[in-house]
Amino acid sequence: MKGAAGETAGGLGPVMWRPNHGYDDVSTKTLGFWLYMLSDAMMFTALFAAYAVLGHAMNAAGGPLPGTVAHPTHAFTETLWLFSSVLAYGGAMIALKKGNRVGVMAGIAVALLVALGFLGSDLHEVTRLFAAGATPERSGYLSAFFALVFYHGLHVIVGVAWMLVMLGQVAVFGLSEAVVYRLLNLRLFWHFQAVMWVFMFTFVYLRGAII
Amino acid sequence: MLVHIDGPWSPLLGRLALTEIPYKNPILVGTFLFAVVLAVVLVGLTTYFGFWRTLWRDWLTSVDHKKIGIMYILIGLVMLFRGFIDAVMMRTQQAMAVGPHSAGYLDAVHGYLTPYHFDQIYTAHGTIMILFAATPLLVGIMNILVPLQIGARDMAYPYLNAVSLWLTAAGAALVMASLFIGDFAHAGWFGIVPVMELPYSPGVGVDYWMWAFQLSSIGTTLGGINLLATIVKMRAPGMTWGRLPIFTWASLSANLISLTTFPVVTVALALLALDRYLGTHFYTAGLGGNLMLYNDLFWIWGHPEVYFVILPAFGMISEIIPTFAEKPLFGYMGMVVASLGIAGVSWGVWLHHFFTMAAAPAVNAFFSITTMAVGIPTGVKVFNWAFTMFRGRLRFDLPMMWASAALFFLLVGGLTGMMNAFATNDYMVHNSVFVVAHFHMMLLLIVYAIFGGVNYWFPKVFGFRLEQRFGRMFFWLFTAGTAVVFVPMFTLGFMGMTRRLDYVAFPQWQPLLDIEVVGIVIYVLSAAFLVAQLYVSLRDRAQNRVGADAWGTSRSLEWITHSPVPFYNFAVTPEVHARDERSWRHERGLDDAAPVVYEDIHMPCKTAIPLGLGALGFGLAFALVWRIWWLALLCSGAIVALIVIRAFMTGTSYTIPARDVEKMEHDRKRGAAKPARAQVPGGSPAPVLGGGT
Repeated sequence: MKGAAGETAGGLGPVMWRPNHGYDDVSTKTLGFWLYMLSDAMMFTALFAAYAVLGHAMNAAGGPLPGTVAHPTHAFTETLWLFSSVLAYGGAMIALKKGNRVGVMAGIAVALLVALGFLGSDLHEVTRLFAAGATPERSGYLSAFFALVFYHGLHVIVGVAWMLVMLGQVAVFGLSEAVVYRLLNLRLFWHFQAVMWVFMFTFVYLRGAII
Repeated sequence: MLVHIDGPWSPLLGRLALTEIPYKNPILVGTFLFAVVLAVVLVGLTTYFGFWRTLWRDWLTSVDHKKIGIMYILIGLVMLFRGFIDAVMMRTQQAMAVGPHSAGYLDAVHGYLTPYHFDQIYTAHGTIMILFAATPLLVGIMNILVPLQIGARDMAYPYLNAVSLWLTAAGAALVMASLFIGDFAHAGWFGIVPVMELPYSPGVGVDYWMWAFQLSSIGTTLGGINLLATIVKMRAPGMTWGRLPIFTWASLSANLISLTTFPVVTVALALLALDRYLGTHFYTAGLGGNLMLYNDLFWIWGHPEVYFVILPAFGMISEIIPTFAEKPLFGYMGMVVASLGIAGVSWGVWLHHFFTMAAAPAVNAFFSITTMAVGIPTGVKVFNWAFTMFRGRLRFDLPMMWASAALFFLLVGGLTGMMNAFATNDYMVHNSVFVVAHFHMMLLLIVYAIFGGVNYWFPKVFGFRLEQRFGRMFFWLFTAGTAVVFVPMFTLGFMGMTRRLDYVAFPQWQPLLDIEVVGIVIYVLSAAFLVAQLYVSLRDRAQNRVGADAWGTSRSLEWITHSPVPFYNFAVTPEVHARDERSWRHERGLDDAAPVVYEDIHMPCKTAIPLGLGALGFGLAFALVWRIWWLALLCSGAIVALIVIRAFMTGTSYTIPARDVEKMEHDRKRGAAKPARAQVPGGSPAPVLGGGT
């Protein structure tokens, strides 16, 4: 036991110094990631606000309204892709808990492939809308709609890239502390974008079914 | 998808061409020559003193929170100078261009600045003073102080800290580049839409403004994450929430603001960028755009930003006054609640920036009331400061002079702010120079707090006090300048003068405008005394060396470690026993309670990657401004590559053995050996004298 008695003034007074006082590195980095997510949630909030402001018939400028561009059924297919990917990543986390390196990599690989499925589905919908003349330049409403779709899509792309990097890191470093906190933060990120998708589904796509 | 741009464009250089260099404008050519001479002198001095190696190893690649803080402050001071020159030009132009018969020089019909040039100057002045002077100065001070005040070795994420710094530096560099290549925005620092839209601003000015803004706001958001995580996670044992130094509480509140609001302005500007580059219709006049969307998004950031800069200023005042009143801060908990209250209410006042934009009376009434509510926590603070001074043993050293003058400006700015808060009254003064004078009072309060804070903590960081005689001259001249500029400005506001006039149509305003110029001259004189103060301080630093507690009556934790602070901050993590730990130890005669057992210290390694990311950020923004697509793609790719490469790096920290720490501590204590140059920010050429630890 270092510390305590040896650190006092004159040997009797209070403890003045604490040698070997450590900090929990993983939880510090996780907190930072939560704070980042808060800031990113604010960006989504601002985009949702813009979508609400530009969601009136006037903002469609004679072009398509939510009813013709935001299809809940198509979005439901995308939801299945996305949530399956989150589930697969959850599998990787179970493997991580057991210290199973191969299981972690397999889980991430499946999550990555399914996420590509989502991106394909997303891309398909966007090209269909573009072909029909519903482009971001058409109206204020469509600008806001595509801004949300692409901003969420960007998160999925970043997630996919991150998964690729983590596959490399797990392969190179094994399950070291640095790799583990990154895997945990990626789990947070992957859930975060899925939660944002839930808001997309509710405010953008379900709203499209009624307007 | 990409918007078609009229005018020349080449794949290699985008819109960049030789004609974009404003070599025909004598003002800009003169500025350019000044910058070149300055650069040559700096490079020459660096080479002469053989400083390159130190510059690279100890500063540019450093992840030490103190050095990063100092570099933030240097950026802030350089940009403060630039913003000040803009102010000088505006004041002289307005005084020269009065009435139809006023003379014109340099292509201008009246005065010496053409309207387009004048518009760029006031836009640059506002943008620079808020984003590239006040913000870096305060972020720098928070960077230096927060880890010291909570007993930490560094920030929670030292590497990210450096990234924030270099992103801010890249933004500042972009603003400076706009002086000599192309032009700057001309639609006000907060951007007026749809004037900012491509059809009305087809040049690159708005793009410069937008991307510089983005770079610094991303940097500040990351910095906010860092400071919050540091305060939550890195506190020394015993540093409970109830013992957190008040400046750290103020930083916590401020960074809650930056974390939640800077992302909003990032979106506001990103949507403007989409409009300008991809032809979307977020803020366009027509095709479904909504002009008010921009105003709301911008000011949802814009007003909280004001409190983001004012809260650390309040924090500094709250640290300075108890030291020089020799009393604990009155109403600590009230102060904490008031800081968090100001941070909270900052979210609900943004609409008062456009009361006149035809919102329903109920809406205006709501925002009137929330705006006036800001006065409650602010009032709590003012009374707490007053009661701290009440029956204290007041000493008016320089920091205290600046801090107490700041209270005066808070009063003037606050009361005029209350006048503006009445929506009905705001209809009278909206867009007048009365409002300009009001918010300059508030920003000057921040400047006063910053000068107070710099004088107060300078000895902690550099180990010697700033000279006081020239410092006092600077203080009084600066204060006189402020009075002589802004009293006439309030008056002109009442007389109905609107802001941003490049030509003043009413000759009866001439005398007041001339008085403002006199004030500006006093400001210029005061700057000479600041330079003298810094020079004499540096020259006589050996006489002004101080011990751990530079002022003898300091109270918080940062004053128990050495001055200048060693790179590891505390040899051993301190145990905190009280709210004012330094006073607690002092009162019990424990000042010299040095650690007996030392420990290995783990520190992060220096790295050039943040600097690289900043440079690439600058390259990306510059490429986007000039629409050089290949360069933009290259820089984006390189940014991603650097981030991935960093993720694969190992050995990013090193250990100093306990034996070496002990040796360094003993050397300092004896005062015999000079602390190694690399160990202290700015180097430390003389031995430490005075008060021991």
